[in-house]
Amino acid sequence: MTQVTIATLQIDLNEERYLTDSSQWNEEVAAEFAKEEGIELTEKHFEVLNFLRQKHEEGVDITIRKVGKSGIVDIKGFYALFPKKPLKKSSRIAGIPKPTSCV
Amino acid sequence: MKRLLILGGGTAGTIMANKMRKDLSRDEWDITIVDQYKTHYYQPGFLFIPFGMYKKQDVVKPKGDFFPTGTKVIYSKIDRIEGEKNQVLLDNGVAVKYDYLIIATGAKIAPEETPGLKENLWHKSIYDFYTIEGATALSSYFKTWKGGHLVINIAELPYKCPVAPLEFAFFADAFFTERGMRDKVKITYTTPLSGAFTKPRASQMLGGLMDEKNIEVIPEFYVERIDNEKKEIISYGDEAIPFDCLVSIPTNMGDSMIERSGLAEDLNFVATDKNTLQSKAFDNVFVIGDATNLPTSKAGSVAHFEADVLHENLIAAIEGRPFTASFDGHANCYIETGFGKGTLIDFNYDTEPLPGSFPFPGLGPFGLLKESRMNHYGKLLFRWIYWHILIKGREMPISSQMTMAGKKF
Repeated sequence: MTQVTIATLQIDLNEERYLTDSSQWNEEVAAEFAKEEGIELTEKHFEVLNFLRQKHEEGVDITIRKVGKSGIVDIKGFYALFPKKPLKKSSRIAGIPKPTSCV
Repeated sequence: MKRLLILGGGTAGTIMANKMRKDLSRDEWDITIVDQYKTHYYQPGFLFIPFGMYKKQDVVKPKGDFFPTGTKVIYSKIDRIEGEKNQVLLDNGVAVKYDYLIIATGAKIAPEETPGLKENLWHKSIYDFYTIEGATALSSYFKTWKGGHLVINIAELPYKCPVAPLEFAFFADAFFTERGMRDKVKITYTTPLSGAFTKPRASQMLGGLMDEKNIEVIPEFYVERIDNEKKEIISYGDEAIPFDCLVSIPTNMGDSMIERSGLAEDLNFVATDKNTLQSKAFDNVFVIGDATNLPTSKAGSVAHFEADVLHENLIAAIEGRPFTASFDGHANCYIETGFGKGTLIDFNYDTEPLPGSFPFPGLGPFGLLKESRMNHYGKLLFRWIYWHILIKGREMPISSQMTMAGKKF
């Protein structure tokens, strides 16, 4: 685990640079993570991030399919917002754990 | 008379019928099974059919042969479960009452979920091997195929028998090598996962085998549609891969009856307590096998381990005691790696597949996460065990709980 400081906030990251404590998240943290992924956050991005955080709090396992049915974006739109690995990138930017795929 | 109703007479439903019939007195308990089909398929055998190793007759038997005496069987489609009324409506409107209900209606492929998948090229140059029709059609196609680009695609998670697509790739490599045409066949494996498999150590081991066998793995590939004209598979990330033969593992879904009953989670799987196997909606409704939404493999081994837990918990519920058994997500999968060898993985909710020996620590005879001839024989032997021991609900020398004994970590 590493500690980094973003603006005035000190946060804890795991080895894949996901927040280890999702309560340390705020919009500044999101913006910083997004920058690392080469993404500039828009309002639409934040709608998705808030959806993910809400589902995470409810203890729901999140899948790309669920985001596609959220009414916020379809799957195509989700890929456009967070290219290549939308669920992994958006989860990291939302400050929630890396999604696990159960097989 | 009290009534136990089992929906689905596949692997899980048949095991449960056999276990419960032994324990519940025939004077006090009716056991009824409802299933729309009369044929029991040995689904693990489908994988062998495209490569001519098994034929259709090797994987089919009448379902009725495996139901215990003293069970009623209704061959009918199901309209819906009415949980509040403790009854199930059949397709013809007849209501079947129950005191306890077991949902074991499984999962099936839903190719219509991916645009272009089940269109002009379906079973012409696009195949599945999760149905008897797909597996036998692919067998005929491979007999005369001249070679080209063979693309394997997993549409999305979860899907039945998570290792089967890997085994398919390994078998294809061996099959075309043995036919002296491996140089004419390019094999590409496209998957929404981040590697060959999900669990880190198994993914590394199996990914290594893919490299050795010259099978290209394209991870993070989430299929959006198939272009039938150009013969391309296109991802949401706008990657287009041309194919000559596409072998698809389509989206898997639970039965549409689950949705009509208002019990559906995503993809028509039933919300189920991952430890007790009780449904989240009704206390007297239990769920087993591929029909659940549990975060473990959809596989026969899982259904078999779950059956031990459900058996114990259902008896506890009937006798008015608290649940005593807890399912740990145990899965155990033989993986064919081609050329007469195989490997084996054993894992649960919390423990990823680890190397070691199975089932006897240090002795085996099966090796975990390593390739051996013995593992391959284990898989072949398993078909006999399946028909004669497993679905009849007889004891097996393997614990339903995963054990760390014999594992190296």
